[in-house]
Amino acid sequence: MTRVDRAALAASWAIAALVVIYLMTPLVITVIVSFTSSTVYTLPPPDWSLRWYERLGRRSGLMDAVVLSLNLAVVSTVISLVIGTAAALAVARGRFAGREAIATFVVSPLMMPGLVVGVALLQFFRELGLRDAYVSLLLAHVVITLPYVMRTLLAALTVFDFSLIDAARTLGLTYPKAVLKVLVPNLAPAFLTAGLFAFLASMDNYPISIFLTDARNKTLPIKMLQYLEETPDPTIAAISTGLILMALIALMIGARIVGLNRMIQG
Amino acid sequence: MSVALPSAEATRRPRLRVDPFVLLAAPGLLYLAILFALPLAILLFRSFQASDGTFSIAGYIAFFSDPHNLSVTWRTLKVAILSTLLCLVLAYPTAFALARARGIVQSLILVAMVLPLSVGVIVKAFSWSIVLRSDGIVNQTLLALGLVEAPVRLLFTETALVIGSANVFLPFMVLPIYAVVRQIDPELSPAAASLGAGPFFRFFQVVLPLTLPGVIAGVAFVFSLAISMYVIPSLLVGERLSTMSMLIARSFLFFRDAQLGSTISAILLLMAVIVVLGSSYLVRHVSGGRA
Repeated sequence: MTRVDRAALAASWAIAALVVIYLMTPLVITVIVSFTSSTVYTLPPPDWSLRWYERLGRRSGLMDAVVLSLNLAVVSTVISLVIGTAAALAVARGRFAGREAIATFVVSPLMMPGLVVGVALLQFFRELGLRDAYVSLLLAHVVITLPYVMRTLLAALTVFDFSLIDAARTLGLTYPKAVLKVLVPNLAPAFLTAGLFAFLASMDNYPISIFLTDARNKTLPIKMLQYLEETPDPTIAAISTGLILMALIALMIGARIVGLNRMIQG
Repeated sequence: MSVALPSAEATRRPRLRVDPFVLLAAPGLLYLAILFALPLAILLFRSFQASDGTFSIAGYIAFFSDPHNLSVTWRTLKVAILSTLLCLVLAYPTAFALARARGIVQSLILVAMVLPLSVGVIVKAFSWSIVLRSDGIVNQTLLALGLVEAPVRLLFTETALVIGSANVFLPFMVLPIYAVVRQIDPELSPAAASLGAGPFFRFFQVVLPLTLPGVIAGVAFVFSLAISMYVIPSLLVGERLSTMSMLIARSFLFFRDAQLGSTISAILLLMAVIVVLGSSYLVRHVSGGRA
């Protein structure tokens, strides 16, 4: 190692440390603010209290939004896992032309401006006469979650050695059994990762949902932004701390089952 | 076509038979064709229509002849470029550190990448608005260190927007670069050194070209997120410094000016499409058949 190499290495560690601090800052701030006794966001807090957590239960509108968002996230993730895995399998194993274009197309909603997709869907649904907000939101959230499934499953299927299935069949398993015993366990980490990212993307979506909601169907991000604009008190910080805690638990479980490194590969 | 995927000629099936795998792709493709591509195509088509239904580019002429719209477009691009650059500068070395890290350090960096994704853009942007306030932590620190004499205005500036958005998008830059860095043979650089290559030659001729596919993927993704961000600017800079997305939201939700909204939407959409197509072309180009 030359001196330049050592300097570059030291610099990369220093920047990585900076990045960790930078990325964790908003989370730490949120958790601290949630325990403040003050109604404004003075840092450090003048005193500690749990008053914003106590208020959570009384905010019925907020809880409705949590339920709707969880519902949309779970249902759209499940639908995407089914049709997305099928599409990824087709691209990874098929022999037809244009597979790469299909892969790019299915992942492309990730990179399209959310508000524009929202507006386009709103106008489209209006023309079709679809007025049900829940159905509109669900149809849109599948568009949001599908790219994550495609991306992760395609990456996993590309490195999967399909000759293992043939090997299992030579050893006497039927084809469906071979798929079930060899392919599915191998893909489990990819399902978990894809599901997690798809779920989070749906939970967090604001720009598409804002055009498709009505007065009774408001998702959590919409409710949160509205709440911040109307009464900016630390209740939002309290609910976010709850979400951080849930995510931390989910990550720990995921890390135990598949390992952190495999989880983020997709 | 990439070389890595087996080519159509490699199969010995009779030509006219439909590959059964096409059927597997059909549900997903049809879904996105109807509920994603078609609505966007209609929106694009409408932006070229006058109110009487004839072809017209009046919407575009009106958009580009208004200096306010031009400044919004310019600001959107400027902030997106700065935010993408900040992400790249921070992410590139971090990806290398992450690839070298083991044990608890590796877990720490990985958690820092993934955990913020669970918090949501709204909460993160709001936290930054607390941090960057005139009586926020940044200003308190600057004052305490004697670096400034009066609080610096950070909130409601483009600087705040770049800091806040790069924070949200950073993991999306680190992860694709990390994915390629970890595949580089660790013996490659020492091998080049043993052949007499200096550190700069090794970086620019050996390491950098191998990481380019990850860099392109990360830059394209972050840039496309940054030009279309809506929540972050509305919380950090408000109406004072509008971005294209905020203009779209306002034209549809408040002004009820669908013509203006559709025109900006179409322009933003075209930018995103160019980024998607351009980046997928570039990745194929630089990976030269390896991807």
